[in-house]
Amino acid sequence: MQLLFDDIDRAGLNTLAVYEEKGGYEQLRRALSMSPEEVLSELQASGLRGRGGAGFAMGKKASFLPHGDMDKYVVCNADESEPGTFKDRELMQKNPHLLIEGLAIASYAVGATRSFIYIRGEYDYVADILDAALAEAKTARHIGPTMGDEGYGLELWVHRGAGAYICGEETALLDSLEGKRGNPRLKPPFPAVQGLYQGPTLINNVETLMNAPIIMRMGGAEYAKIGTETSTGTKVVSVSGCVQRPGNYEIVLGTPTREIIYDLAGGPGEGRSIKFFFPGGSSSPVLPGTDENLDLPYDFDSLAKAGSMLGSGAIIVVDDTVPTIDVALKTAKFYKHESCGKCTPCREGTNWTVKMLERIDSGMGTPMDLDIMSSVCDQIIGNCLCVLGDAMAMPISSMIKHFRTEFEAHMEARRAEAGLGPDGALSGNDVTEDRGGPYALTGTRTS
Amino acid sequence: MKIDAHGIPRHDGSRVPGWDEPADLTKEPAVVPDPATTPVPAELQVEIEDYMSRYPDSRSAAIPALRAAQRRHGWLSPTAVEQVATVMRLTPGYLIAVATFYDMFETSPVGEHTIYVCTNISCSLRNADRVYERIQAAAGGDERFNVRAFECLGACDIAPMASVDGTYIGPLTEDDGEELITALRERRVPLPEKHIARRPIAATLYSSDSPRAPEGEPAGGASAEGRTSTRSDKRGDTDGDAI
Repeated sequence: MQLLFDDIDRAGLNTLAVYEEKGGYEQLRRALSMSPEEVLSELQASGLRGRGGAGFAMGKKASFLPHGDMDKYVVCNADESEPGTFKDRELMQKNPHLLIEGLAIASYAVGATRSFIYIRGEYDYVADILDAALAEAKTARHIGPTMGDEGYGLELWVHRGAGAYICGEETALLDSLEGKRGNPRLKPPFPAVQGLYQGPTLINNVETLMNAPIIMRMGGAEYAKIGTETSTGTKVVSVSGCVQRPGNYEIVLGTPTREIIYDLAGGPGEGRSIKFFFPGGSSSPVLPGTDENLDLPYDFDSLAKAGSMLGSGAIIVVDDTVPTIDVALKTAKFYKHESCGKCTPCREGTNWTVKMLERIDSGMGTPMDLDIMSSVCDQIIGNCLCVLGDAMAMPISSMIKHFRTEFEAHMEARRAEAGLGPDGALSGNDVTEDRGGPYALTGTRTS
Repeated sequence: MKIDAHGIPRHDGSRVPGWDEPADLTKEPAVVPDPATTPVPAELQVEIEDYMSRYPDSRSAAIPALRAAQRRHGWLSPTAVEQVATVMRLTPGYLIAVATFYDMFETSPVGEHTIYVCTNISCSLRNADRVYERIQAAAGGDERFNVRAFECLGACDIAPMASVDGTYIGPLTEDDGEELITALRERRVPLPEKHIARRPIAATLYSSDSPRAPEGEPAGGASAEGRTSTRSDKRGDTDGDAI
């Protein structure tokens, strides 16, 4: 079933003429003829869960915003930076008007009069497309100071970031949008109560908002029939890594993971097998490529039950030719680089995890390092303002859990290469002078 | 710490560049510059004021304004920051604090062509690290090229990929590195057949009954109109040539 990807490659869909030909902005007009409460209840009835990572019910989140005349905001989180995720890029690039319409519907439902699309700075060409579409929508008076009969008006702008993964975290995004360094804020108060410029703010992912016009067209109850009971609708899944046909595929939630990886994305190359995969972006705990895991229905609850998460819906497949430690090191280095430094467990924990992994990889590791790493990960989780640290700790500790023997074998092999015995005793001659002890690596800085 | 081509230390490993450099505590902090003594190019002033008018709190325009200044000056030179500070009525220190947080702001001089090579998980599973080395080797320390290994650029479907002056190109082979740099040197569009705008969704691209979109014609919605009509955030100087 294709809802978001329906006819998406039609030439010129990014222009207003073609979008309107396909019935574009009709749902916004219909929404404006209804009361905001009615629109909100349609969204709630759909059971749509956020597509950005946390999977929180969209309608419920919108209903948390207080009623009244205060300044309220809707912010679209288009800071898609989760490694392995590229669905929003393709959606916005090809169908920018759907996002604008969805954002306008959501803004009307919660009574926001100013809204922003915060797009990551690297997506410059996508932002150009959005800007062009928005200008067209404003000229056609779909967006502007007077949109409906009741005199509802919306001011909408595209705001470009400048390269920081942390700005995908909702409160860091708000700080960045206010013109500051993108540091996360303490929650509560949640943005629904006190967000942008201290006003109530609804923050939703691109794909979530793009579903709003579709829900209005189908009706919330009808939309809820797609997918599983607790994971309704379709999902655009980004499949990447060691597969033959990487790309975005729209699936009905609850489709077996095997079908996505093998039937759609072509599975790993000839003669290779899946060692493990990230089911929901690089922040999700990895799942080994066992039959049991591949048979998991791809929905929020099944993946959570299996000890991982759907996250942003990005499957990264790693095949049996890739050493686990390479992936672990890439993952840890990414989070170390992107940690904003505000909370100590994340700033220091990501840093030390990288150092320990590098130590293991260079032959200076000891079996203790694996336990220390697991303990560092445990101490990051839940102890910071945001989940960036958790996002490193979860995949790394799951890799250690599932592939401990491989880490140990790698460590021993590297130790042997470095001339160190299994118990830490030196078997080579001049190793100590060259390396300066087991902590020698801690002085190195890598990008 | 890495030393770049200009002999300037680069802190690619930290989100807080310069944290370990000594500060001159005897120096007076820079104040909001006086518009009467700080000339600001008219177009830059208009652009920044336009951004400021979009937000209830004009400070929100800090990032778009710094982007505009960087486009004009090539990097966030002290002059560039001072000009933004003048229009926005902020101290240069505040703006530098903001700028150093974000990866795309250059706080030391860089070449005219920016090449971000994604070396994150999905790309490196498809040989991105070698591709990056080859591009670097092809650029060979030429100061016109700012080649950087970058975190996930959100285009794992064309992995391994690079963002060349803002255009996404992939999948790259190791040999593409030479062609990419040569094309930029000769002011040609590099690897036009690998631009992401030409790619249909994966289900179409790989289905046997519908062939790939014909060459020279964008397959998807990202057609030429989208890029030319109202571009409020043009890439300035580099716009006219290669990309």
